[in-house]
Amino acid sequence: MNTQLKWSEKANVKKNRKNPWKKEIKKNWPLYVLCIPALVFVLIFAYGPMVGLVMAFQDYKPWLGITGSTWIGWDNFARIFQYKEATQSIINTLIIAVIKIIVGIIVPIFMAILLSEIRNMGIKKSIQTLVYLPHFLSWVTVAGIMIDILGLDGGINHFLTNFLGLKPIFFLGDPTLFRPTIIISDLWKNFGFGMIVYLAVITGIDPSYYEAAEIDGASRRQQIRHVTLPSMMPMIIVIATLSLGNILDAGFDQIFNLYNPLVYSTGDIIDTYVYRSSLLNGQYGFGTAVGLFKSGISFILIVISYRIAYKVANYKIF
Amino acid sequence: MYYKSKGYRIFSIFNHILLILVALSCLLPMLHLLAQSFSSKTAVNGNLVSFWPVDFNIEAYVKTFKNTNFTGSMRISVVRTVLGTLISMFIITTSGYALSKDFRGRNALMWIFIFTMLFSGGLIPSYILVTKLGLKDTIWSLVLPGAFGAYNLILIMNFFKTIPKALEEAAFIDGASFFVIFRKIYLPLSLPGLATVGLFIMVGSWNAWFDGILYMSNTTDYPLASFLQTVVVQGSAQSMALSQSEAAALSEQSIKAAQIFISTLPIILVYPFLQKYFVKGIVLGAVKE
Repeated sequence: MNTQLKWSEKANVKKNRKNPWKKEIKKNWPLYVLCIPALVFVLIFAYGPMVGLVMAFQDYKPWLGITGSTWIGWDNFARIFQYKEATQSIINTLIIAVIKIIVGIIVPIFMAILLSEIRNMGIKKSIQTLVYLPHFLSWVTVAGIMIDILGLDGGINHFLTNFLGLKPIFFLGDPTLFRPTIIISDLWKNFGFGMIVYLAVITGIDPSYYEAAEIDGASRRQQIRHVTLPSMMPMIIVIATLSLGNILDAGFDQIFNLYNPLVYSTGDIIDTYVYRSSLLNGQYGFGTAVGLFKSGISFILIVISYRIAYKVANYKIF
Repeated sequence: MYYKSKGYRIFSIFNHILLILVALSCLLPMLHLLAQSFSSKTAVNGNLVSFWPVDFNIEAYVKTFKNTNFTGSMRISVVRTVLGTLISMFIITTSGYALSKDFRGRNALMWIFIFTMLFSGGLIPSYILVTKLGLKDTIWSLVLPGAFGAYNLILIMNFFKTIPKALEEAAFIDGASFFVIFRKIYLPLSLPGLATVGLFIMVGSWNAWFDGILYMSNTTDYPLASFLQTVVVQGSAQSMALSQSEAAALSEQSIKAAQIFISTLPIILVYPFLQKYFVKGIVLGAVKE
């Protein structure tokens, strides 16, 4: 830009500063128009419900509506810590979600490395095809299979009692076994999908690194430790950081389809508790408060995690 | 060469065995289900069925397709999936294209969209909004609320960003408008990306079960996934519509298995296409230049 402006251009700059939007809209109006449909949807269905969050501070009665219900301040939030069930659901959520996140990162890394050691393309492709599949099945389907196989008269117990002479195991009705069952089945369903990103990273590693390591006399194990893992590290850090935002998501779809009153003590999570307390028992204000408590904390965690990911690995959301 | 050493060979054998077992564990449950759906009551209830039908018969399927509740739900699922995918793709591609460009206010708009990823009103406010809008008990309650997904928007936007700017500039010089460039250049060139996201949305809406249970008062209005949820999890016998004499001949589990299998079939059918694209799609979404 030339610092010596002609007087006419100076006047132009002035005019533009007054209304920079005018020229912009004239030039790019189609882009604004193209954003309208999505914007309408978002304003109604994403921002619309946020207005309803005021119910968290009300003794909400459906027949009185948001405008007519009485305001009760923070009472609903205080109740979260008075009701034993609510507190327990928060603890359960944290335990289940954290373990899921940890195994959900470690196992796919491990499996991706093992799979990359298979050099027969046909076998490799077939294995990939099979392990990605469960991710696309709905939890309803998977729960249907699990209830049948893990039930008291299901296949596994049939085997245990008839062939090994053991007592039947009540996987989905025993509070101590419920969490492991949830975590393992979630891992089974999603580890293949988690592998994809790591496999892509391994495929992208420059082969000359391995050749150099081999010439220096590195065994395969040392090659994996000093070449493969360091190359995967940035991706691992990003994924681990971003999962911080999920520590209050224990997987509603899965738990809702597998739990029952016998295992509420260890398996009831925030989302299922909100569903039961509000939509089944009509405590709308309280349910909204528990939900807001959850999304508020999640929001803070997600923002922090994106900050860290940006600082550490230069990861940008868009 | 490391893979000629004895130690590595032993590892390789074990590695193959382990991975093949893991892969089989992903296939066998589905096979077991399929086998059950074709087996007789005595075989299923006596736990004699593993991965191959015993006393082969197709009664469970005949019964399932005669069940008007089931076929009705199937129709609702098809309608919601088609409608939902079309609407979703429309709003995501239009805004994704615009946001892949630079214009005044773009970042503000982007944050309005991104914020929906970080924070939501939650279950009850959403439920009340849908009720207040009068969408309850209509197909629109299944189609509209979830139509916009910020993550899909980012994916599509990144696909559009990979298209060379020179094409657009050349078209501009020839007098094409933004709309024409979008339709004639961007959409055709990013078909693989659009297919990936489209298939994901399809699978997602086909599998969605909770919204049906939430917004439909009558079980006859349930989409297939919600119908299946009541059959599988709540084990309601009325959904299976068995009479006394049929219950004597047919195992409930066979019917369940047949119903689960039929509802999973579309997913298994689109899966090969999904797989072709999604690796590319996900990697592009996760790793940015």
